[in-house]
Amino acid sequence: MSILARHVTKRFGDYVALEDVSLEVESGSLTALLGPSGSGKSTLLRIIAGLEWPDSGEIELSGRDATALAPQKRNVGFVFQHYAAFKHMTVRENVAFGLRVHRRPRAEIRERVDELLGLVQLHGLGDRYPSQLSGGQRQRMALARALAPEPQVLLLDEPFGALDARVRAELREWLRRLHDVVHVTTVFVTHDQVEAMEISDQIAVLNYGRLEQVGAPRELYDEPATEFVMTFVGDANDFGGVLVRPHDLELLPEPAEGAVEAMIVRASILGRDTKVELHDRSGAELVALMTRDRYEELELWRGQTVWVRPRRERAFAT
Amino acid sequence: MRRLGLRFVALGYLAAILVGPLAIVFWRTFEHGVAPAWDALSQPDTIHAFKLTLLITAIAVPVNTAFGIVCAIAIVRRRFPGKGLLNAFIDLPLALSPVVVGLSMFLLYGRKGWFGGWLDRHGVQFLFALPAMVVATIFVSLPFVAREVVPTLREIGDEQEQAARTLGAGGWQTFWRITLPSIRWAVIYGVILTTARCLGEYGAVAVVSGRIQGQTETATLRVEEQYEQYNLAGAYAISIVLALMAIAVLVAMTALRPKAAT
Repeated sequence: MSILARHVTKRFGDYVALEDVSLEVESGSLTALLGPSGSGKSTLLRIIAGLEWPDSGEIELSGRDATALAPQKRNVGFVFQHYAAFKHMTVRENVAFGLRVHRRPRAEIRERVDELLGLVQLHGLGDRYPSQLSGGQRQRMALARALAPEPQVLLLDEPFGALDARVRAELREWLRRLHDVVHVTTVFVTHDQVEAMEISDQIAVLNYGRLEQVGAPRELYDEPATEFVMTFVGDANDFGGVLVRPHDLELLPEPAEGAVEAMIVRASILGRDTKVELHDRSGAELVALMTRDRYEELELWRGQTVWVRPRRERAFAT
Repeated sequence: MRRLGLRFVALGYLAAILVGPLAIVFWRTFEHGVAPAWDALSQPDTIHAFKLTLLITAIAVPVNTAFGIVCAIAIVRRRFPGKGLLNAFIDLPLALSPVVVGLSMFLLYGRKGWFGGWLDRHGVQFLFALPAMVVATIFVSLPFVAREVVPTLREIGDEQEQAARTLGAGGWQTFWRITLPSIRWAVIYGVILTTARCLGEYGAVAVVSGRIQGQTETATLRVEEQYEQYNLAGAYAISIVLALMAIAVLVAMTALRPKAAT
């Protein structure tokens, strides 16, 4: 099911959470809403779910106007950052909730719950209470619960935000695989650009309630539309008024045209890559990224003076 | 040492203020054996007084439970003009002396009161009858359920309710399946406190009931009446039964409390 947000604006008092945001999500795709905190990404997700109402603008689900539809009539699954587990119910009862309120037959509910507990790898934990599960398990339970009534849209609000780095990475990859199996149109909110790049087909970047750019991860990285996208999606150096990616900074042992003199302050080996931090003559910081082979080939050392030249650069009207 | 001292002060204070008087009442009741106490309790007017107290409690507690839950949800979950006022007014019965409540009901429902004339014309006996006593009791025991439920509702937040909505549950289903089970212990405490308050109500009911023996006399009023007639054995016996009821209610509350932690 496709999702369409058209000219959505939402204010909380004087605070503008969303300003004239229009976004299209293709049926069956996995889309990330990416932005810093306070960018309006969660508000947009909650408006799609019907948990908030837009001040103006419309929401269409599968081509039908859903702006005034109550959340229980939208057929969406929602996963909260802090799980929103029903504490007084067991894992099975949690997962079965959506099926029970839809008054499905008991046998069907049992079968579907079993199937879902298998899918989220929680078989055998069905009789536990949420308080007896780890954070990652609780979030998987919440996911199974959201999927149980076979929603046409799955919405996840910073689903891995409360988990530690390792579980987060595991669940992220797992979500991608799950999406490949279930194929439900999925939108998830994140402030982590790596997370967004890694698993989504499409990323929508929000900042201060405005949509900065929508596109495939590659597009955002290679062809950022705004300075904000360039600096938020991936790193960037301010190189005399233009922006340059760290791996697009070339270090030369000799002066050359367009090159700036700088001193190496520090080099960190990050596995395959090496990050070189430099100060130019005005003291401004630059970061260059190169493969470790290249770094060793150049025979660089700390305190050395080199010449830095951008291979590719970008200027944005400010 | 310091801890022991503190404990001594706390327990000593409780003993002097609470346990002492209660113990004396017990002792006085059974001073001359069980027979005089039993005689006093088995008088028809006394039995009627207890029945009346229980009847009023049985009406007031469900009414205030429903009202308390609705108010708590309105205060915590909804935004509406006058919410601050509601929040403040709900505590009014705690601040107001019950006697003042009784008198204000006279002003409202008495012959010359705002509603008195209307009630009179329609042949409704309000004052000096069950309706006024029930209304007075409801008034004085109003805040307990709401006051217990409000903090619990705040603490659990509304995410579970939102999750239920996205899963297809309507307003009622969400209330019965998610909200109510989450606040059930708070509701139970509220009900217990409300019950205790209803059983013990004296001031407001004393004013509006007319204290007609065998008709509008509740158990607490009966204690006072027996005392004034120097029938101390009767006064003590009724007091004992009232005290036992209150203790039973408190024991029930203590027994329930540890489970609420899980």
